[in-house]
Amino acid sequence: MTTTESRVEALGWAPRRRRPRPRALVLFSAIVIAALSLPLVFLLLEASDAGAATVWHLIWRSLTATLLWNTVRLTVVVTILCAIIGTLSAYCVERTDLPGRHVWAVLVVIPFAMPDFVVSFGWSSLFSWISGFRGAVVVMTWAVYPLVYLPVAASFRGADTGQEEIARSLGASRLGVFFRITLAQARRSILGGCLLVSLVILAEYGAFEILGYRTFTTEIFSEFSVGFDTSSACALSLVIVIISIAVMIGEGAMGGARTSRSGRGVAPVRTPVTLGRWRIPILGLFSALVLAALGVPIGSAVYWMFQGGADAISGVSLGSAAFYTALYSAGAALLATLMALPVALLVVRYPTKWTRALTRSTFLLLAMPGLVIALALSYFSEQHADSFGYQTAAMLILAYALMFFPLALVGVRASVSQAPITLEEVAGSLGVSRRQVLRRVTLPLISPGLAAAFCLVFLSCVTELTATLILIPTGVQTLATQFWAYQQNLSYGQAAPFALVIILIAAVPAYLLGRFFDRLPHRALAAPVPNVVA
Amino acid sequence: MSELDISGLVKSFRTQEVLCGLDLVVEEGSFVSILGPSGSGKTTLLRIIAGFERADAGSVRLHGEIVDDATHFVDSRKRRIGYVPQDGNLFPHLSVKMNVGFGLRKAERNGTRVNELLEMVGLANLAERYPHQLSGGQQQRVALARGLAINPDLVLLDEPFSSLDAGLRASVRHDVRHILKDAGTTAILVTHDLDEALSLADKVAVLRDGRVSQCDAPATLYARPATPALAREFGNVNFVTGVARGLEVDTDIGRFALEDVSSIPGLRDGARLLVLIRPEQIVLSSNGSARARVLDTEFYGHDAVVKLRANAQRELTLHARTSHAIDLPERDSDVAISVRGGVVAWNDESSDTDQV
Repeated sequence: MTTTESRVEALGWAPRRRRPRPRALVLFSAIVIAALSLPLVFLLLEASDAGAATVWHLIWRSLTATLLWNTVRLTVVVTILCAIIGTLSAYCVERTDLPGRHVWAVLVVIPFAMPDFVVSFGWSSLFSWISGFRGAVVVMTWAVYPLVYLPVAASFRGADTGQEEIARSLGASRLGVFFRITLAQARRSILGGCLLVSLVILAEYGAFEILGYRTFTTEIFSEFSVGFDTSSACALSLVIVIISIAVMIGEGAMGGARTSRSGRGVAPVRTPVTLGRWRIPILGLFSALVLAALGVPIGSAVYWMFQGGADAISGVSLGSAAFYTALYSAGAALLATLMALPVALLVVRYPTKWTRALTRSTFLLLAMPGLVIALALSYFSEQHADSFGYQTAAMLILAYALMFFPLALVGVRASVSQAPITLEEVAGSLGVSRRQVLRRVTLPLISPGLAAAFCLVFLSCVTELTATLILIPTGVQTLATQFWAYQQNLSYGQAAPFALVIILIAAVPAYLLGRFFDRLPHRALAAPVPNVVA
Repeated sequence: MSELDISGLVKSFRTQEVLCGLDLVVEEGSFVSILGPSGSGKTTLLRIIAGFERADAGSVRLHGEIVDDATHFVDSRKRRIGYVPQDGNLFPHLSVKMNVGFGLRKAERNGTRVNELLEMVGLANLAERYPHQLSGGQQQRVALARGLAINPDLVLLDEPFSSLDAGLRASVRHDVRHILKDAGTTAILVTHDLDEALSLADKVAVLRDGRVSQCDAPATLYARPATPALAREFGNVNFVTGVARGLEVDTDIGRFALEDVSSIPGLRDGARLLVLIRPEQIVLSSNGSARARVLDTEFYGHDAVVKLRANAQRELTLHARTSHAIDLPERDSDVAISVRGGVVAWNDESSDTDQV
């Protein structure tokens, strides 16, 4: 009798019973999501202020077609190149007997710490043919392929090699195994990395400005800085938002299939693939990669510094710029990591279709030009907070945190999903409060991931340019803005030391990151962007 | 009062119904094994009792108080249930001592309680070690001490011995049972290992198709299984068909008393029954009720199994176990057999009952 009642209830007649979700977690996540939505809300408000007709008129210009063509072809080409370079280098590092693989594992990640504007400066100041589309492809590929490398390497490390062995025993060739098994297993990671790459390219400004290549983001910046034309800038930004939504939907559709691993979490024993006679050529390629991505920008900066002579270096401004850069970046990294924590906990521990979709949509922020985020924050402070905080360190830090929140989320999410939920459950059953469980179990377990998130955001802030240019407190210079000022005046000798210090500061967290991901045991990072379907 | 009272429990994941109307009562201070094949919902049941999952329907009571039903849900933190997970799941960043003391108040963590518990599980000398420095059995015992530290009313053991090797398993099992009995704690053990379930528990609940198909003391399960399938599961069987005659059953090898007629709903004279005779019930004797031919004998030292054919027309093959293994009958010789004790029977659903 009870049973019949219960079954009726289970069939959906009664409201579904749920374990209550911790209210604090939901509340903090809601605050974070609200903050993250500010830029988009700003764009929509501006657009509705300007009126649909105006926005339509602004978008429906021949200029838009040119920008669209430029942006799309660059995004497509760079994404494909990054997918190839990132995947192949990850395969060589993780799966072959490449000599010195632990050294390479770190060296191939460090280019991510190279500010794009320094890379493009390095290449274009040495080679005059590096400009326009060709230049943009070369520079962006070197600067962002680590975004594919990191997740794919993690997935190769965690994937089941048993399938490859079986395929080989069934008579498949080495290339056949690579395409039919290995790539298929890493597909989601590759797609996830490609998504990050496309979004980052959409938001890139400094490099394209130096190379003289016009995309939506450079156009938005010049329309704003020349004519303070906010509605035009916003209209173009909406196009970026639409493109990135399209990219994300495309990625979601392609990534629908999931790889599964049979058997329980036994660490797979694997024999690395022997490179044999390919060893020397592949070592050559790796050296070329590191030379192009690291050697050229560093080399050119050193070259220009010596050209400029020792008197070009002003120790005081360099020191103070480095101090403020580190200060703001550390503040933003801390804030972004703290913001990512509740969201990651909520989406990993209490996954629903909605939380996943919401988390995924935060990745739109990666594609937002820094300028838009800066404008959004200034707008809200001006309109609703009596200009509170405008051009203060706090606002710059908030802007950074919003821009790079998705990167922090990637790191925190990876390690939260890595920390076994059973430990938290056991802790709870021992009568310990939720906050205590967080402090005594979860945080110690995920601290490496928090550190990784911190590093990821820190180095991104150090190399950030556009939002900094707008929001920097009066009278303060960071390394990036000072470099930019000298570079715009063609004072390469004076710009170079700033580039070198940026690289130096950003390389430390990049090195730590390379080490962290090299040791991450399982497939935690293999899907950097949560999939709605999954 | 019963410690735990579960009724009508339903739980599904996506479209798969794992538990469908499960009822279970556990008495205070008893040790109950839940026995089921993998995928039968054992762990899900345990997780619902612990409060890690919420049931879709049905109710769970602890000490008569509802902890999970349509309107109430008590969080696992407030249930006072010690949970010992499958792989121990010790906190990797804490020492043995800190693991055991995890659920205690700060002041108690360095007190004598932790030492007593470690003493009890025989690991007092390893207090400062970290989980990765312990063997599997040691980790398991630390997990038990950690669960017992909060003085739980109920301890849940989720296949705690499955990750141990065979030699260690027996000794850890023995230790755990003694520790729990000494502490007087009610315990529920989930396992797919028949020997483990039978040897440890006061009662065994057999989980089938998302329900408890029988919950009884091990000896009762063996002697009076609820269904022929359960009978087969708990030991070797001989099934013979027979016809009900009052509280007796008439078979080819004699007439036997029915031990328990509750397993035969609607029992009437002339009904066809399926009769269970355990091998050790068959006695080879000179004055038996039936005759049989010896087909084969298998000698095991402490006992022997004799394969017999009774009643040549029906080709009825029986297995008899005899502890008197010294002078076994010759193969192909004829012997007399009788059946010791009463028998258990069910309605024979394989054939039409009205034929006789």
